[in-house]
Amino acid sequence: MSAVPASARSLGLAGCEVCGLVSRLPPGKSAAHCPRCGERLHFRRRASVESCWALVIAALILYIPANLLPVLTTYTPLGVETDTILQGVVELWSPSSWPLAIIVFVASITIPLGKLIALAYLLITVQRGSIQSTVQRARLYRMVKFIGRWSMLDVFVDTFVVALVQLKPLMWVAAGPGVIFFAGVVVVTMIAVNCFDPRLIWDLPEKENDVRQRSPA
Amino acid sequence: MSADFARPVARSGLNKRPVFDPALVACPDCDLLQRLPEVPAGSTACCARCQARLWRHKTDSLNRTLALAVAAALLLVIANSVPMLGLSVAGRAASTTVLGGVLAMWDDGRQTVAMLVLFTAVIAPALEIACLLAVSLAVRRPPAPQWAGTLLRGYEVLREWSMIEIMLLGVLVALIKIAELATVIPGLAMFVLGTLVFLLAAMAATFDPRDAWARVAWAAGESLRQAPGLARAAEDKR
Repeated sequence: MSAVPASARSLGLAGCEVCGLVSRLPPGKSAAHCPRCGERLHFRRRASVESCWALVIAALILYIPANLLPVLTTYTPLGVETDTILQGVVELWSPSSWPLAIIVFVASITIPLGKLIALAYLLITVQRGSIQSTVQRARLYRMVKFIGRWSMLDVFVDTFVVALVQLKPLMWVAAGPGVIFFAGVVVVTMIAVNCFDPRLIWDLPEKENDVRQRSPA
Repeated sequence: MSADFARPVARSGLNKRPVFDPALVACPDCDLLQRLPEVPAGSTACCARCQARLWRHKTDSLNRTLALAVAAALLLVIANSVPMLGLSVAGRAASTTVLGGVLAMWDDGRQTVAMLVLFTAVIAPALEIACLLAVSLAVRRPPAPQWAGTLLRGYEVLREWSMIEIMLLGVLVALIKIAELATVIPGLAMFVLGTLVFLLAAMAATFDPRDAWARVAWAAGESLRQAPGLARAAEDKR
């Protein structure tokens, strides 16, 4: 192997995203099937930036009703009370249960929004061809991928509150329309993260490196 | 088989017979081509450029995965058949299981959310465990049939959508939310689920996909694996 680090693509090779086998793509083709697992093999995920942007924008649109519409409606003899996600967090805040309130706040407000901002940042830097802070951006991508699932928390909370508090006609809780939009945000952002190809972060810096190394010679 | 298969990268052996090079990896996160070092069992090989985890060498991966998968399967059945939460208020009592939560959402007119909860809290974990059970049994006698590869592929997808640990935290929060309205009684399933979270984490940590993939029959046929050079010649003729 050469001393200069090289990407598999620059050598005409592609690593399978499913089984990890490195294969040589037929010349002139940018896609084939992995000989070991049969998965479609390509240098980079197809239309990665475009589809990721589309999903990020879709999630951003869903994010608005998810936070404005109520997720839980409580019917008690004292009256009817509706809660949005943020109101739910505020209600949970008490001297004994504030750590849980922080967890719910992070999972339902910070993570979805942070994920969208992080993805937008990654997409913009890739599109503008940034060559800086590649290691940090790679780390950011891995963190977003790892942490993203946790925003499902609120969906589970709402499900089990609704399931348990069904003491009609005394007191019962119903799910509000906000849950659907919120679940939509979580699912769409998870798919968006999978659409983004982290290898794009490294493509341009590599090209620059090549040029710099060749020019003095 | 179609000619659309890519060719494995060959390495010329000492006896001049080309075999595919299993130590060659392209980092999934940055595409850097590198050769995996021989790491001792229990250690991790990381990408030289972006520090992504490339391979964690596990001791006795298959046997341990099988044992943990059997245990996890048993616990999953128990967790879904006994009550998880109970509550009593003003002399009335109610209790629910995981599936009860799904049904309540469904009856409440939120079918999409009910399906999502059913998938992430019951179906995906069950399939995840089933996949690993089947794979760790099938690859004992290599080459394992192609369906083992299909299951391995499914496993990677399911792992992301299996959210037992998140559900458990959600149940805990729900419990505290309800505690101000009524008396809540945590059921047996809560404790079983708590154990299951650790079992699933241990199962995923002991499983070595590289090892399993190395034992699966190739989609393009075994001939390509044995001698890529020969297969290439045959393909060129066509």
